[in-house]
Amino acid sequence: MSLESGNGMPFDEMCDDTGAVRECYRGVERWIADNGVAGLNRRMEEAEAIFRRIGITFAVYGEGGDPERLIPFDLIPRIFSAAEWRVLERGIGQRARALNAFLHDVYHRAEIIRAGIVPAELVYRNAAFLPDMVGVDVPGRVYSHIVGIDIVRTGPDSFQVLEDNCRTPSGVSYMLENREIMQRMFPGLFADGGVAPVDDYPAKLRQTLIEVAPPACKGEPVVVVLTPGPLNSAYYEHSYLADLMGVELVEPADLFVDADTVWMRTTRGPKRVDVIYRRIDDDYIDPLAFRPDSMLGLPGLFHVYRRGGVTLASAPGAGIADDKAIYCFVPKMIEFYLGERPVLENVPTWRCADPDDCAYVLDHLGELVAKEVHGSGGYGMLIGPQSTQAEIAAYANRIRANPSEFIAQPTLDLSTAPTLGPTTTAGRHVDFRPYCLVGKNVRLVPGGLTRVALVEGSLVVNSSQGGGVKDSWVLRDL
Amino acid sequence: MLSRSADNLFWMARYIERAEATSRLLVMGQRMALLPGAHHRDEWRSVLRVAGCEHRVGEHALVSEADAVRLLVLDEDNPASIRTSLGRARANGRAVRTQLTQDMWESLNDGWRLLESYDLADARRELPHLIDWTKARAATFRGAVSTGMLRNDGHDFLRIGGAIERANMTLRLLDVKYHVLLPETEVVGGGRDHYQWNSVLDALSGKRAFHHVYGGQLRPWLITEFLVRDHIFPRSLAFCVAQIGYHLGRLGTTHDARHACHETVEMMLEQLDTAAEGAIFEAGLHEFVGGALNDINRLSREIAAAYHF
Repeated sequence: MSLESGNGMPFDEMCDDTGAVRECYRGVERWIADNGVAGLNRRMEEAEAIFRRIGITFAVYGEGGDPERLIPFDLIPRIFSAAEWRVLERGIGQRARALNAFLHDVYHRAEIIRAGIVPAELVYRNAAFLPDMVGVDVPGRVYSHIVGIDIVRTGPDSFQVLEDNCRTPSGVSYMLENREIMQRMFPGLFADGGVAPVDDYPAKLRQTLIEVAPPACKGEPVVVVLTPGPLNSAYYEHSYLADLMGVELVEPADLFVDADTVWMRTTRGPKRVDVIYRRIDDDYIDPLAFRPDSMLGLPGLFHVYRRGGVTLASAPGAGIADDKAIYCFVPKMIEFYLGERPVLENVPTWRCADPDDCAYVLDHLGELVAKEVHGSGGYGMLIGPQSTQAEIAAYANRIRANPSEFIAQPTLDLSTAPTLGPTTTAGRHVDFRPYCLVGKNVRLVPGGLTRVALVEGSLVVNSSQGGGVKDSWVLRDL
Repeated sequence: MLSRSADNLFWMARYIERAEATSRLLVMGQRMALLPGAHHRDEWRSVLRVAGCEHRVGEHALVSEADAVRLLVLDEDNPASIRTSLGRARANGRAVRTQLTQDMWESLNDGWRLLESYDLADARRELPHLIDWTKARAATFRGAVSTGMLRNDGHDFLRIGGAIERANMTLRLLDVKYHVLLPETEVVGGGRDHYQWNSVLDALSGKRAFHHVYGGQLRPWLITEFLVRDHIFPRSLAFCVAQIGYHLGRLGTTHDARHACHETVEMMLEQLDTAAEGAIFEAGLHEFVGGALNDINRLSREIAAAYHF
């Protein structure tokens, strides 16, 4: 497997090796030339003012400072050709189906473990595995209804999956708002209809949630979005999605359980709830079933869920499928459950739980990216080539103390996309997160969230670590 | 709708009204402090009393304009300050983001951190600008509600909150005028008294409206009639109570249920309607205002109970 584009340089999304602009970027190249970098920078302030007025903000845990910070937005879109998207679309849908099949399997007969493909201890001794879910039948056998798959590109035909997010992947509101703002500011760019629209995502999400209504639901299912509240960093997104789906945004205190049913408190008295798109972690949804110290949860919710009185999206315990140690087995899951060849590759990964892998990782830590198995959001990781000897040594000690908690991957040369600088455009590393919806059908809007590392040379695209976002275009065959 | 959403909409509207009311009070304080022979400490102390925060200055302290600006514009701990009111209006709005139109949200969100950057010297220097800015925020918000919001039960709760806060402010102004402002040596209807009544009308944007209704006779009992019982002046007690009654009536229909708050609002309307002209003033304005404030607060509690806030 080649991880590099061949010449030691990262893959350039806009230009080929000869410096010629790729077909799909021609329109944007003309637009940059017409406006000039200075002109686009002036429009940038306008974009930021719109973001702030609308209130699209993002809080960073543990950093203090501005509780409602803006994620930096880069005006220059990231573009996929129709042909590239056809491959991605197949690969993403395939992966989402396999992950759900795996979840159903590990909470039932565990055929994949019996077949000796996934080691039993990796599942059953994993903190993300929820024994309470064993034998529970969930509507449509869907556990992860919104699968966010982080994809990086290292060459013309080389797309690789960096990680899966099966619980509650965030960021889809940026996909929608970035497009909205680009259309508002530069309507001319979209006039020819060449960019596939993404604005039906909320309708598709609602349809997906309705399709997984619980057996106890008769008639039109009542869907709600459950948020921890306005202090949560993704609160804007919670309210935005509820709004566009036309459903209630509820906090745990708005709900209560009675007679095997979940109710919400309304001015007309209690109203039955059928499907909960919850943006609260498993640990906090029900203090009776999970963390007793949780102030967030709804006592009795899990009991109602197990009896088929309400659907939770995602299902409790879905995190076992996006665990970084399980990740290595996803290509094999695709073959095992679907009988298909994986369309998208994994990034090669060393599991430190394996003694040989661990020895290799400790020897090569300075070249690798090491991550905590349960970490997310770019926290708790080590980028070998960008770390000091002391940092590497300290991280090595952490790995030795608890090898099964770590994995490592090669330092990927992420592709670069042109990004607006003060005086010129410059290539910055990007990744991509599409949002695949799984109900009775698998749905994928043509787009996603492109995250960009705004600092030159930086490989960390997480918004919590100084990354920004771009509008992501999928071009249509015209 | 969710009970919490009803609660948030109700308080969002109250805090917006409160921010505007506080800015009007500051205008009134400035005018009165400029009157010939004004005892400054009385003027600003009375302003703080209307705003319900007199206890934040010492009992015998000399209250200055600086104190008033600090407490009523900038103080984060004072629920009546403009900064707190706008911040809480926005926090309530953010918690019911899905019930607001984009324009309503933008009117709450636009410039919400402006006051954080002000110190007392800035705020005093730019007070006229800050007052205009606050009134513009409230006006933009009401405009967005008026032309964009669905006339559903959320709108009813919002308008009830606004009307309760307006009624409250009118009553407090009346009370302070009658019992705090006028030194004992002065005669009701005398020169200073005349100016002070003028200031009260000004603070409620009611001077021209009063002249339209009563034709230039600035008599204390007429002004009281106007502020308490007039049916077409939108800041009069009777108008606010009628508005509360109208929206409670709508909620009664849409929810198909009547509650204690429906009885209370009808009782209040009837009392206001049947009182003889001038009777309130003669029987004792202070007693009347105290009773009416109690009724309004009781109404507010009964609404919360009826709709499970």
